[in-house]
Amino acid sequence: MKGLLKFMTCGSVDDGKSTLIGHILYDSKLLYTDQEQALRLDSKVGSRSGEIDYSLLLDGLMAEREQGITIDVAYRYFTTDKRSFIVADAPGHEEYTRNMAVGASFADLAVILVDASQGVLVQTRRHARICSLMGVRYFVFAVNKMDLVDFSQERFEEIGRQIEELTEELSLSNTTVIPLSATDGDNVTVLSERTPWYKGGTLLEYLEEVEISPENVGKGFYMPVQRVSRPDRTFRGSQGQIEAGSVSVGDEVRVLPSGETASVKTILAAGKETDTAFAGQPVTIVLDREVDVSRGCVIEKDSGLAPYRELSVSLLWMDDAPLSPGKEYLIKLGTKQIPGVLTKILYAVDINTGKHIPAESLSKNGIALCQIVLSEAVTADTFALHRTMGELILIDRVSHATSACGVVQALSGEAKTGNAASFVYGGVSARGDVFEEFFYDTETLSVFRYQPVTATYTVGDTIPVKGESYGYPDSFDVIVLRDRAAVLVRDRTVEAVIPLEEYQFTGLPLVNGRGFEILADTPESFRQFLTEYDDAGDRERPEFFRRWVRFDTYRKVVIR
Amino acid sequence: MADLSHLDQLEAEAIYIIREVAAECERPVMLYSIGKDSSVMLHLAMKAFYPERPPFPFLHVNTTWKFREMIEFRDRTAQRLGIEMLEYINQEGVAQGINPFDHGAAYTDIMKTQALKQALDKYGFTAAFGGGRRDEEKSRAKERIFSFRSASHAWDPKNQRPEMWKLYNTRINKGESIRVFPISNWTEKDIWQYIAREKIDIVPLYFAAERPVVERDGNIIMVDDERFRLREGEVPQLRSVRFRTLGCYPLTGGVYSTASTLDEIIAETLSSVESERTSRVIDNEAAGSMERRKREGYF
Repeated sequence: MKGLLKFMTCGSVDDGKSTLIGHILYDSKLLYTDQEQALRLDSKVGSRSGEIDYSLLLDGLMAEREQGITIDVAYRYFTTDKRSFIVADAPGHEEYTRNMAVGASFADLAVILVDASQGVLVQTRRHARICSLMGVRYFVFAVNKMDLVDFSQERFEEIGRQIEELTEELSLSNTTVIPLSATDGDNVTVLSERTPWYKGGTLLEYLEEVEISPENVGKGFYMPVQRVSRPDRTFRGSQGQIEAGSVSVGDEVRVLPSGETASVKTILAAGKETDTAFAGQPVTIVLDREVDVSRGCVIEKDSGLAPYRELSVSLLWMDDAPLSPGKEYLIKLGTKQIPGVLTKILYAVDINTGKHIPAESLSKNGIALCQIVLSEAVTADTFALHRTMGELILIDRVSHATSACGVVQALSGEAKTGNAASFVYGGVSARGDVFEEFFYDTETLSVFRYQPVTATYTVGDTIPVKGESYGYPDSFDVIVLRDRAAVLVRDRTVEAVIPLEEYQFTGLPLVNGRGFEILADTPESFRQFLTEYDDAGDRERPEFFRRWVRFDTYRKVVIR
Repeated sequence: MADLSHLDQLEAEAIYIIREVAAECERPVMLYSIGKDSSVMLHLAMKAFYPERPPFPFLHVNTTWKFREMIEFRDRTAQRLGIEMLEYINQEGVAQGINPFDHGAAYTDIMKTQALKQALDKYGFTAAFGGGRRDEEKSRAKERIFSFRSASHAWDPKNQRPEMWKLYNTRINKGESIRVFPISNWTEKDIWQYIAREKIDIVPLYFAAERPVVERDGNIIMVDDERFRLREGEVPQLRSVRFRTLGCYPLTGGVYSTASTLDEIIAETLSSVESERTSRVIDNEAAGSMERRKREGYF
């Protein structure tokens, strides 16, 4: 049996979304007899004079039945011999776009209906665009109402070309096109004799068989803190859900935004003590010492996450009142909720053509790339890198409405954390832990890292090349792989902070972001080093570092 | 990386939601109806905060017509877990002698809907957890996990707040409140399988046993105490029955069954051809009756 499939149906008004799902449920004998009786009864009352109206299975609100339309998302749960499904049936009217987006934020796969007699419409394009924006990764274009075009192969292929244009424009991957009739059932659960030219399988077969690859949740371990539990003086645990990676008792973790580190003392996963917990699990983490943790903080290890103040966000505007730049909203990102100002609209997106257009304001159901400046730095990342750290909503401070949802496309204004002294210049920033101290603690018999400097250096700044446990040459280059940036230090002064792509091997001493010597002494071996880093998975990382870096060239461990 | 099972995923989602409410809402409460869904909810709340006890009270709205075994189970459970269990009874309704035999729909409204509203107002709760599931009924299938209520407790289904990913917007104006449904995405089957997996204690009425029942209007009704009004010719028979849902005993239909273990119940549920709500007599009204009641403030 395959894993649960969360999918949605969307497309323009009257493309037959609810009818399609109703038909699958009915055909698959997934209805209880009392629901089936109610369906027959309802259909007689409705306009279709006795014929079964499958959409009545989904359109459960009185207003929906009265108007014969879908207003809000309906969730249905069903299981066939091969798989369990949750389907979100989304409304097609433009007015209810935000409800459709709710379904898209939930689904891994979207079935987008296209009326064969109408072809790809603006609303089809809008829905595909929103699905893509919200992170839907699999698409089925169901060319419905084939009965209205006499099951014409020519017409199907014509629509197929329109769909192809759309998928190319949005760079959609994993797309499939199926001709069907939701009312008559052709190619829904049974292969139709009326489309002999169609060589693929039925929609249900596809849904049962499709392999959903695991979501790319991002590297390292991280957990946004939902709340801190302190039932008495002896217990203090951070509660949250692990979003990526795993954490084990004894791991050294970092709390953002403060940057303080501590070791994991105890892990409770869903109430039970465990040595290791994984992505997806709800946990309570107890640290070995008092650090500043509260709701909205992120506990992480090797994730490369950092706090930022400025976000570029692709927003879907959902409020009746239009967006106007300069207004302050509450931003909810992860478990953090803080005020932020939407400073400007970088450009709006034409729903139909995808063109970027200049805009001063954005009305309901519009999409735009906007700049948001937060009142304080918040742990965030791009949607592509650490998914849940790149999802956000905007809340109106007066009406409390959820005015917009969006995904982070780019970050700037990285804040200082306790142990991430960074280099910044002209939009390029590099996290560098080159100034942190390594010391041996005689009490716990452990080696600890300590970062006394919290400064951010830019071009022209003099840096402390000698510390208690490190000493770098006066001129050297820092290669920060996780930020793909290079820092050129000449005569103890920052000469440049540049993207890694622009960096040329100089022959000067090389260190990585942690201050370890990089063992590359020719342009060729440096290139080899970069290639191997890119190719190394998490498992191969230790081997990569053993081969390419040396700790004790510029560093030592001091006793405290 | 370990793959979470379907039940683990549902559990994680519910715990996340319960913690969000505890962290963000001013005065939360968990509605406790003593049924199997409530037992699962209580279990999830215990797990979500362990070793801390749930940082909110539990509320049982008592119509005074619950099965006796339910009340015993409630008191036993609250004592065993050391949780704060509040009980609310609409005393006005009791004084007027409102009962399920004479007052039909008005009984449900006064003793359940009105009582719930009174209780929430009395304690000033701003968020109330409920065990509603989307697979139960068509208007529930449309409801958000965080469902907002006006100051008069009304639901506006045509204007629900968008709910993206798991970024729940819990902000409300004074007087408004939220109903939160952490097990929205569970099915009846999931509930039973989870009860079996976690060995959750449930009211014995869910297991088949010999009980005094009468058949009335196609329903099997248990004669739980002397207040039951027998119609002419009705004589309680001892039959092996169990209940798929629990509520007020005169309004809850049982099924003939010999399923006395969880495995047997799960097997029966999976092969059942009728959805569980058929056993709630009050639901067999016109389509949309649930939505109407929800708009009026029912859970």
